[in-house]
Parts: sequence; C-alpha cells; structure tokens
Amino acid sequence: MTARAPSGAASRDVLLRGGRILDPSQGIDETGDVLLRNGVVEAHGRSLGTPDDADVIDCGGAIIAPGFIDVHCHLREPGREDVETIATGARAAAAGGFTAVCAMPNTEPVTDNQAAVGFILRQAMRAGAARVYPIGAISLGQRGEQMAEFGEMVGAGAVAVSDDGKPVASAHLMRTALEYAQSFGIPVIDHCEEPTLASGGAMNEGIVSARLGVKGIPAEAEEVMVARDILLARLTGGHVHLAHMSTRGSVELIRWGKAQGVSVTAEVTPHHLTLTENACEGYDTHAKMNPPLRTAEDLEALRDGVRDGTIDVIATDHAPHHYDAKEREFADAPFGIVGLETALGVLLTDLVHTGIIDLPVLVDRLACAPARLFHLPGGSLARGTPAHVTVFDPNLEWSVDPAAFVSKGRNTPYADRLLRGRAIVTIVDGQVIHRFEG
Amino acid sequence: MTRTLGKDLLGLEPLSTEQIRLILDTAEPFKEVSERQIKKVPALRGMTIVNLFFEASTRTRISFEFAEKRLSADTVNVGSSGSSVQKGETLVDTARNLEAMRINMVVIRHSASGAAHFLADRIESNVINAGDGTHEHPTQGLLDLLTLRDHFRTLEGRRVCIVGDVLHSRVARSNIWGLTKMGVEVAVCGPRSLLPKDIGEFGVRVFKRIDEAIEWAEALNVLRLQLERMQAGYIPSLREYNRVFGVTRERLERADHEVLIMHPGPMNRGVEIDSDVADGEQSVILDQVTNGVAVRMAVLYLLAGGRPDLADAAKGGSER
Repeated sequence: MTARAPSGAASRDVLLRGGRILDPSQGIDETGDVLLRNGVVEAHGRSLGTPDDADVIDCGGAIIAPGFIDVHCHLREPGREDVETIATGARAAAAGGFTAVCAMPNTEPVTDNQAAVGFILRQAMRAGAARVYPIGAISLGQRGEQMAEFGEMVGAGAVAVSDDGKPVASAHLMRTALEYAQSFGIPVIDHCEEPTLASGGAMNEGIVSARLGVKGIPAEAEEVMVARDILLARLTGGHVHLAHMSTRGSVELIRWGKAQGVSVTAEVTPHHLTLTENACEGYDTHAKMNPPLRTAEDLEALRDGVRDGTIDVIATDHAPHHYDAKEREFADAPFGIVGLETALGVLLTDLVHTGIIDLPVLVDRLACAPARLFHLPGGSLARGTPAHVTVFDPNLEWSVDPAAFVSKGRNTPYADRLLRGRAIVTIVDGQVIHRFEG
Repeated sequence: MTRTLGKDLLGLEPLSTEQIRLILDTAEPFKEVSERQIKKVPALRGMTIVNLFFEASTRTRISFEFAEKRLSADTVNVGSSGSSVQKGETLVDTARNLEAMRINMVVIRHSASGAAHFLADRIESNVINAGDGTHEHPTQGLLDLLTLRDHFRTLEGRRVCIVGDVLHSRVARSNIWGLTKMGVEVAVCGPRSLLPKDIGEFGVRVFKRIDEAIEWAEALNVLRLQLERMQAGYIPSLREYNRVFGVTRERLERADHEVLIMHPGPMNRGVEIDSDVADGEQSVILDQVTNGVAVRMAVLYLLAGGRPDLADAAKGGSER
C-alpha cells in the first residue's frame, strides 16, 4: 500500500543539520542533526558527521519533526478535477508540511470498491508529492444502505472507511460496520450529524443565525450522533474515529467514552480551533462549513480537548470549491474551506505562540497520533522508521495569499491573515518533495 | 450631498435610533404627496431605479414602484420568471449587467437571507432590501413604526407584541430592531417551535399564551403564518393554530384595554387573524399600506443624497 515508488538504493543521503529535533513518539526534544538514508531514518543526534555525497539542509532555527499526516481531506478526483486533483492536492499537502494525507471517498464516483482505491494510489504515485492513503466508503455509493467491500478495499490500500459528508443515519449500519471493520484492523470514521436535526441548516444555530435569518444546525445534531457512536463502539468493541468535532458537548462525551475504555478517537480542524460563528457575519461564505463554526465556549472546550488528549488528532477537512460556488447567496454556497496550506501557520500563530498548546502537543496531534491511530508508516523519527519528515520554521512570517496556493482551491477564511510559522522542507521516503524558497 | 444613511438600506439592525427617526421624520412631508390630485414631485428626476423582485410580491413591489414614480424616478421591474435568472444567471451576474446599464439604485426582494448584503458588497449603486429570506424587511419595519407613531404620537415606552412565526419572519426581525431602538417594549408570542432558540437574547419578552400577550400589549403585530410551516412539521394544523394562537374578537374583548392591530399582509383570514379583527375598528392594517409609500419615498430620497431638512421643499419641487 505504498503511494510512491520505493526510493531505491540510488537516492542520496539527506542530512538535516542543526535543527530542534522534536519527536514526541520518543520523547525527544533536542538540538541536533538527522540523517536519512535509503528512505529511512538512519541516525539522529548532536553533530553527526557529513557522509560523502549527502544533501545537507541547514535547519538552524527550525524544527525537525515526524512528517505531518492529514487524516481528513477531500481531493475531488475522480469527478471534480476542475476543483482539485490528487496531484494538486498532494502537492498542496507537501507545501503545507504534510508528508501524507488520507483522501475521503466522497468523489464522483464514490470510492467504494477496490478498483477505485487503486486508482487513487496510482494517481498519487504519479504525482510524487505527499503520500495519499485512500479512505473507502462504508456503504455503496455512500447511500447508507449496503456495506461496501471493506476487505477488498483494504487489500487495495484503503486505511479506513467513512461515509464522510453523508452521516451514517442507520444505527444498524454503523454497528455492523464497526463489527466488520475489526477483521481488517481499520477505524470506522463518522461524520456525526443527525440528518433530520441538521436538515437545511447552513451555520451554527444560535444568536448569530437568528439575527442573520439563516437556518441553524444545533450542536445537538452532532452530539446525538457522537453519543450514539460511542455507545455502538462500546457495544461492538470496534474503533470509531469521530471526524471534525465542533462542540463542547462532543468533547465531554468523548472524554466520558475514553474514561469508560471505549475505543473512540477524534479529530478537530484548525478552523474549529480558531474561528467562531461570528465569522459568518456579513454572510461570508468562506465561513460556511459543516460542521459549522460554533461559539467561543465550544472553541475553548475543543482547545482543552486537544491539550488533554481527548481530541487525538488535528485534521484539515481540506475541501476545495470553485470560486463561483462560494460567490453566491449564503444558503446556496457549498460547505467547506481549503486547509492544507494554512493549517500549520494558523495553529502555530493562534495556539502555540499564544501559549494555548505547546509544540510537542501540536506535533503529536499532527504527526504521531495520526500514524498511531490509522496504523500508517511514519509518525516517528526513531531509527529505521520510514523517512517522512517535516521541517518547519515556527517564526517565519508570511501573509496568506490564496492566489499563491498550490491547491486549486482558493476558498479560505484566512485570506490576508499574517501568520507566523511555515513548513520549509517536506520529505517523503528520504526525498525532498517540497522546499520553501522564501 | 450628505449621505445620512450610508450607501444602502439592508436592515434596521445596523441603523442608529437617530437614523430611524430621520427616516420617519422625512416620511411625514411625503405623506401629503400621495393625497394630492397630481401625485408627483421632481426629487429623483433623472435617476434610474431597478426593482429586482426574485420572489412573489404585490404590496411591497407596487409600494416601491409608486414611491419611485411619485418622486419622478425612471423605474424598471425585473422578476425571476421570464428573465435571465430563469436561464440560470447568477445574482452577481444579473446585478453587474444591470449596473453596466448605468443605474442608480436597486431594490431587491430575494428568498435568500443576505442576498441584499451580497449585492451591496458587489455593486456601486444604492441597494435597498425589500425583504431577504428570513433576515430583514427594513421598509416594512419602518412603516410599522410610522403607523404606531401616528397612532400613539410617541413610541418610547409603548408595548408591542409580535405574534406568530417569528422564526421564519423577516418582518419580525426588522420590527424587533426598529422597535427596541426606538424605546418600545417588545414581546413575542407564538408556538415555541416557531420562535428562534435564542429569542431572549434579542432583548424581548416571550409570552407562551396569546391571552397573556393581549393583556400586556398596546399593539399586536400579527405575522402571516405560511402554510408550508404545517407541512414542515412545525405545527400540527392551521385549525389548531387558530384555536390556540389566533387573534380573535373574543380574545380582544376579554382584555381590559384597546389593542391596536397590525398585520404586514398578506393575511390568512381565519388562521392567524379573524376577519372581524382584521376589518375591525382597532385595525390599522390599511394605514400601514398607505404609510408604506411615504416611508419608501423617504428612504429613496435620503439614499439618493437628499437633505432631510429640504424634504419639505423637495415635495414642492426644486423650483421652490
């Protein structure tokens, strides 16, 4: 299930020199060098010698971390290649410091069979950028009826299943999926949204939606399903992974589930950690996403959840849309924003530099935890692990210019934001796939 | 030319008390124009106004058109059926095409909340919101204020209850903003399933029962109950709605004081309001309609840069 051709013995060594090595998987936080050879981490430590013929990359002032893995993004291919392709998405990921991404199956056609999974891997290999791990659908056509063939999809390289974008309305289907997935050791990801409560809603239900006259989606639409999924995980012993959590109640429910020993994990997006429903003022469609941006109280609870590990992973929910699609009336605009290229800068600026979470926690939620929960290569700089490495300068200042994105998507609420922190080198299998030329 | 209201009128929420009072005061001299034999003054002569009505409307569209014509503006009406909208043209393209024909103002009615904002951000012309989705209907709010002020002479401290489907009502929102800014005590009354969850944060009182609301209020603004609400499951039946929340003569007679009755129209007689109430002595529903033209003349005049202190002169003609 490799997304790229193995690098082979011919590749040159890479020496990352003089950076702050931050690897929460081993509890390492020290200044030194990291040597990558033959696609794996060969050594790390103080002042490693320079092998003949090695590419030396000066990492002074920068942080050397296990490669970031985005477990939730939408690459739109097949079906909407006008909006994003696997190649542009994988390159955007690399530019944002992600060495791998998991692609959600809500493409046209839906990724609900082994051939569709194979297509994604083949396109990703051609792109030669970040690795792409396909996520298969839970149900055929994401219709919420008949289960898709998990076994064959996993055999072809799928790393999880989800009907993302379409909540699994049937509790019976969710239960069965959680049971059946155990044969293949993959998590079942759910987009938690009770469809009849959320129906027609375009933003958080609250005082802002009431003022704007926009139909709201109550927090309870998410929480009802979070509670259900945790109970079904308890019933089945399966691993449920809850996508893009957005409410305080969800964090409390997950905390409860974990305390009960239920196999529940969860993710949150950078935007739910940094923006509230107030961003929808003036009917800004770049603040329209699902789940919607919630209240300041929810945002605080989500931050607490990231800090204490209730929320395991930070994932982007990268959702590119065509310019025209967002340039319209709020109720008619599609949900979602791009995130691959802004995630790290936003998280460093609003959460790390402000002292809300510390750097090792950030690296764990972006790199170590995703590898651990989804059983993916990387997530560590231990000797012998695949050389997927992200080097970032936490203090590099830059201003978000959507026109300069590698992604085809320009739909971001962070346009013109001044951010501090940016990936400078992204390495997959010991090969530099992106280098920021300031 | 001073712009006392800014470029657009998108809602009453962004307006100050002074701006609302200015519009109401400016409407006073314009009332008289409609009472003349020759109902025309030259205040907006040479200006071009497009009435962009993407949603069915009789009262509001005609009221705007009369207001424009009585101010001598040149007007064009565009509806969604039979226009390029039906061919799939986007709102922004429609607006840019209109603007390319060098117009001065757009009056827009649209089923999407925020449509007027969307347009105002993208074109240079003045934009007047004639009702956007479930957001605001500012000129309706203003004509309701003018009607209340006509009747009570002052607004400060009066008690007005808005009755019915507040959740889906742009009239309710504009009324709440306008009334509270003018110092009126505001309440709402309706089934809980048709009130916004956070209605209390609007600074209004909530009555669960219509009888309590009538007992408290000096005026009721009775909202239209749209028949779709029943199909969408917000209420069980129109019949029960009338029995529980309908404004009926029996209920009004039980109160120990007179209650002024307003309704933005179109009415569902026998549902939210009984005919003998709508047609009764306490009803000012047709006064609202008359005031609608004057208020809209005032808004058009002020947005066009007309000086409020000259409104009196303007109605007599620029020669005067």
